[in-house]
Amino acid sequence: MFDEPNKTNPPFSKGSSKYENPDGVKIGLEVHVQLNKLKTKVFCGCTTDYHNDPPNSHVCPVCLGLPGALPVINKKAVEAAIKVGLALNCKVEEHTQFYRKNYYYPDLPKGFQITQYDFPISSQGYVMIEGEDGEHRIGITRAHMEEDPGRLVHEGTIDKSKYTLIDYNRSGMALLEVVSDPDMRSPKEARRYLDKLRNILEYLDVFDGNLEGALRVDANISIMGGQRAEIKNISSHKGAERALLYEIVRQKNVLRRGGVVVLETRHFDEAREITLSMRSKEEAHDYRYFPEPDLVPLKISGWAPAIKETLPELPDARRMRFVEQYGIADDHAKALTSELKLAVFYEEVAKKADPKMAAVWICDVLKGELNYRDLTIDAFRKEHMLSVIELLASKKITEDGAVDIIRTLLDKGGSPEEIVAQKGLVVVEGDIVSTAAEEAIKENPQAVADYKAGKEKALNSLVGAVMKKTKGRADARAAREVLLGKLG
Amino acid sequence: MITKKDLEHMAWLSRLELSGEDTEKYTPKLNSVLDYFGELDKVDTEGVEPTYHVLQLSNVFRDDEPSQPTKPLSQEEALSNAPRKQDGFFKAPRMM
Repeated sequence: MFDEPNKTNPPFSKGSSKYENPDGVKIGLEVHVQLNKLKTKVFCGCTTDYHNDPPNSHVCPVCLGLPGALPVINKKAVEAAIKVGLALNCKVEEHTQFYRKNYYYPDLPKGFQITQYDFPISSQGYVMIEGEDGEHRIGITRAHMEEDPGRLVHEGTIDKSKYTLIDYNRSGMALLEVVSDPDMRSPKEARRYLDKLRNILEYLDVFDGNLEGALRVDANISIMGGQRAEIKNISSHKGAERALLYEIVRQKNVLRRGGVVVLETRHFDEAREITLSMRSKEEAHDYRYFPEPDLVPLKISGWAPAIKETLPELPDARRMRFVEQYGIADDHAKALTSELKLAVFYEEVAKKADPKMAAVWICDVLKGELNYRDLTIDAFRKEHMLSVIELLASKKITEDGAVDIIRTLLDKGGSPEEIVAQKGLVVVEGDIVSTAAEEAIKENPQAVADYKAGKEKALNSLVGAVMKKTKGRADARAAREVLLGKLG
Repeated sequence: MITKKDLEHMAWLSRLELSGEDTEKYTPKLNSVLDYFGELDKVDTEGVEPTYHVLQLSNVFRDDEPSQPTKPLSQEEALSNAPRKQDGFFKAPRMM
């Protein structure tokens, strides 16, 4: 019997050489994802739209933990959690329930957090990332639901401030904690994993990564010969990579000096890009989990098949389809699907223009220009991309001219047609090129002589001269043809 | 068997301050409670499904609709019982 090929998880090409991982780096991430596309919090009817409002202005007895208040779970939050679980190839559990995790810390006013423990909503999944040596599988231990704690504000740094200010607007937001296996072997792989996870979440439309606090990361990292450190307070993908790079150097230095890397929790100081020991006086964690008596268990695995039907096409599947449907290179397909908005942009352009040209110009030119300016695809209109491709396809502009148009659109605005007219980017041909070629031959006798003596490369300097005379508006290949004709 | 050390640990977890006298008094009391639970150990539970939750209910939900079933409080109401506040925030001692 053959296994049915799994359409959502295509087989990837293997890397050519195996990554050695010389320091024995092992990284596992706990990613807290806010299900912030919901209208309300997970256990009460307070709004999730609090980001620009004053502190403690979207709270109620439930999310403030006032005595007698009772939580009731948001059905849409459960559906969103199942969606994510399925997209991460997890098993959705038949029986799932909530627990109280008891601790005293002012980010939650009740003295406990409602979370999950030994019956998480989904577990045992995986995602594929671009690893150090080709496609690499990252196991997902579990993805469980919990409530977000409030936001703490410290005056100055956490280790120096005298007191803590607390805003409970965030308290009770639906969170999904996605716990990975310790399968990442470098900070780069950790970052790739975070990028992939965020991409999947955005495809699923359960999450807006642009909102503050939408995705927060705790990282567990160890190297060969030491115990693991848990790093908290990481709030960006770049931050994760920096914190982990720092931590590897720190742990290696401890071992080199003959020290011991101890099991501990460290705090990432984003401004200084270092990790600091929390030197917690508290004894080993003792959360005394027990079943949350105010919430009844969920039996929702029966929902999974119907929800699976509604899952959108995910990044890996779309990447495969782009290759098949549009005949573009796999690298282009990968780049285009690495961000939902970019994939949508491409597909709208590809429907009306040559899909291969569209892939080249979006991936190889537009994306680079956007990255350089720290802009997203929102900064560029698809109508403009269509115009540029149309101008190129009809040979009205050169490739250099097209790059110039894209840069000008990003820097100054306008329309491609206006920019072509203003900058005189229309391709010159015929007599103008012919005259320029004749002049170039006359003015560069040495190059002509070299060419005639068999130095083919000398022709390039003549082409360069023609391009200079036409201010780059001639097509280089056409100029070459004209020169060859005249040189006999 | 609960020792004095166990009791001190539990008190710390609950942020309760116990005097030496309290510890002397509560340790035997808690042990008698624990002994009483020991009665349950005598019951034969072979083949009995574990109880995950005290209620025999499942799947109780609310819709994703604002202000249901609880109405939000104003910032002033939210902070009205706070012993210390500042600029609309609750104010608490720094904790590490």
